[in-house]
Amino acid sequence: MKMKTFALIGNPNCGKTTLFNALTGSTAHVGNWPGVTVDKREGVCKKGSEHINIVDLPGIYSLSPYTPEEVISRNYILDEHPYGVINIVDATNLERNLYLTTQLLEMDVPVIVALNMMDEVEKAGDKIDAKAIEKTLGVPVVPVSAIKGTGIKELVLRAAALPRERKGETVLESALGAKIDGAKKYFETEEVSSPLFHAIKLLENDELELGRKGARETLEKLADGDDFEAVIADERYKYISKNLSAAKTKSAKQKLTKSDKIDRVLTHRVFAIPIFIVILFAVFHITFSEDFLYIGAWASLGKGLPALDDLNISDGMKTFVGIFYDGAVFSPGVILFNVFDTLFGAITDAVGGAIGAEWLAGLVADGILGGLFAVLGFLPQILMLFMWFSILEDSGYMARIAFVLDRIFRRFGLSGRSFMPMIMGFGCSVPAMVNTRTLADENERVATVRVIPFFSCGAKLPILTAIAGGIVQHFGVGNADLITYSMYLLGIVAAVASVLIMRNTTMKGEVPPFIMELPAYHWPRFKNLMLHLWDKTKHFVKKAFTIIFASTVIIWLFSHLSPSWRYLDDSRMNESILAQLGMFIQPLFTPLGFGSQIGKFGWVFAVAAVTGLVAKENVIATFGTLGACLIAMGANVGGVTQDVLLADEEGITSAVAMMQATGITIPALISFIAFNMTTIPCFAACATARAELPKGKFLWTVLFWVAASYTVGAAVYTIGSWWWTAFIWLAVVAVVITLIVLFNKGKLKIRKTKKRSEAVA
Amino acid sequence: MTKLLSDFVAGESGKIKAVTGEGRIRRRLFDMGVTPGAELVMRKKAPLGDPMEITLRGYELTLRKAEAACVEVEQ
Repeated sequence: MKMKTFALIGNPNCGKTTLFNALTGSTAHVGNWPGVTVDKREGVCKKGSEHINIVDLPGIYSLSPYTPEEVISRNYILDEHPYGVINIVDATNLERNLYLTTQLLEMDVPVIVALNMMDEVEKAGDKIDAKAIEKTLGVPVVPVSAIKGTGIKELVLRAAALPRERKGETVLESALGAKIDGAKKYFETEEVSSPLFHAIKLLENDELELGRKGARETLEKLADGDDFEAVIADERYKYISKNLSAAKTKSAKQKLTKSDKIDRVLTHRVFAIPIFIVILFAVFHITFSEDFLYIGAWASLGKGLPALDDLNISDGMKTFVGIFYDGAVFSPGVILFNVFDTLFGAITDAVGGAIGAEWLAGLVADGILGGLFAVLGFLPQILMLFMWFSILEDSGYMARIAFVLDRIFRRFGLSGRSFMPMIMGFGCSVPAMVNTRTLADENERVATVRVIPFFSCGAKLPILTAIAGGIVQHFGVGNADLITYSMYLLGIVAAVASVLIMRNTTMKGEVPPFIMELPAYHWPRFKNLMLHLWDKTKHFVKKAFTIIFASTVIIWLFSHLSPSWRYLDDSRMNESILAQLGMFIQPLFTPLGFGSQIGKFGWVFAVAAVTGLVAKENVIATFGTLGACLIAMGANVGGVTQDVLLADEEGITSAVAMMQATGITIPALISFIAFNMTTIPCFAACATARAELPKGKFLWTVLFWVAASYTVGAAVYTIGSWWWTAFIWLAVVAVVITLIVLFNKGKLKIRKTKKRSEAVA
Repeated sequence: MTKLLSDFVAGESGKIKAVTGEGRIRRRLFDMGVTPGAELVMRKKAPLGDPMEITLRGYELTLRKAEAACVEVEQ
């Protein structure tokens, strides 16, 4: 027998995820709704007398046609004909939650209402009569507590016992009856299912219904100039308050809830922003800091803590202690990273040692495992970052951050919601891009995904450290911290400029509206959090083993095979296909300062930029390898020897060797950093961007990254080399701005500002 | 007295008289319960002056001044 399928539907923040998890347990699996990046979750519920299939629809407030979530839910119920709909309703907020219920009742589908959070209602001293609501609505109503797991069995039993057929009924007053009947007749002749639902949506000026042939004419005939949209919304709410106020008894005392008290502090006029900065800093500190709580820095005020190498312990102990400590205590995120790093290193060594043939050992250990671990190695920190942001999201604080910061982001045509994904980009682009799902507006989502890589991630820091350190050492000028800091700033400026340009050219349109619920604060659910993280892990690991894996292997092959397909070891990388390619594309980088002008060894920079596509930490790793090649090729590297290179952990020496061999200038080096920061991100981020962007946008996004990095690099190099070129750049910028403004003005259509207002008597 | 919601200061309250505006924004306001007849309390403005937070139908809603200008409220 085929399992009965039920759709789970409800408002955001009503406990739908918790109920879904309680119903389906470990059977749930996550996919995507076709064509859009909205999670589709499905699972089997085994709690009742028969197994039933549960499909979790996205959290929505209404069945309007404006957001992808609403359209998905609506089409699913209308077209897929589930056996029934389980409508979860937050009992602490009945009025707004039942608005969706009144729309569901109009569809020809069996409905059962799960009245959630009844325990909280009782705690507040209020009472809700579920039986009375059941009588009013005419469908079963079951009180449940998704968190405590009460009432779930009854819900499942009653859902499975629902009659197969149910005709849609409306709660709207009979005054509209004639109009609804008129519209219904039209849909009945069109032979669509749920004619009543369609009829009422048509009267609401629904875009999807108006798209049908003859629908507009039908509406115009019926409406006769009237506007039903407000009337219908109003009638729904009137019905709810009239019939349900009887079912709900409020306690007499009205006091400030805990949520209100928390909110007073967190969105305080003066303290809101400082508190937010502290929280954000703490998140990054716990995940990425190599000096947790600044214990090392505090200690260095006095005698200081000994470095790992100065400790008087055995090598085995050193490996172990090194996971937690090196002159300073590591943060939990870094410790986790080190655990995996040490483990992966041991596996790679063991596997490499076990294989006899040198080329095969190289391919497996360095190519396959190396590439895979380079990506998987970041998983602990990515997940930890995910966890903090999920906690902030689930607790309700993220909505407040959007509330506090919206003012700033509106200037750039974005909303306060886009701040979080961007700032996450400083940690890692992958979770940041996934987080753009919280943005309702498609333009905003695309723009945000595109600029996220400009917020320099953790893996790009080594490039900064090595080259900035190299500049100071080799040229004896500047301050490494200052260079690093200004590069971060440059990334932010590039992001802001890009968003402004996009919003004024390819992504014109109104600033997305910001009409959002501020959910009550509550503690995040540990189980939900773990399930969420598990989903992300599966997703990421799957990617690592497919697209990222394939790309790393290809790059490794290119860097270890000669054009005549002979295997080359590391020290002969200069003869590889990759090096040939590097020499071939070297002239392309001439305007950026690391092209033809840096002579016959200049291709090393081009090759490093290419290997950076796999993972950004490869840029400096490649410097090390290529530095060794340069020595083998007899380049003048300023007395640097192979041994010194091997001992060089931060890559500064390799950077210096490359500077010496190529005679590259400071502006060109800065341009190289800027280029790597703003160009195509690593494969993991690219794979994520491709999944998160709407169809057809990924290729344009890649082109955008190439164009942006080329422009930024060229500007940095030319202005750094010849200060007066700043005026040329300024002139170009001025011309571009003028052109955009003129173009927009010329094409600016005067929008009809027909105001539709109506007063309800 | 009728006043636009965008002109409210913290603590003021009233009953919605009409919702103007167009298509998507108007629909969204309706769906979130901002309909004629609903009572609301203006809670506060964000630290930078915009958007604002209102309580209506028993929950907290945030909207920008520009959107609040579509809501006429009777005090």
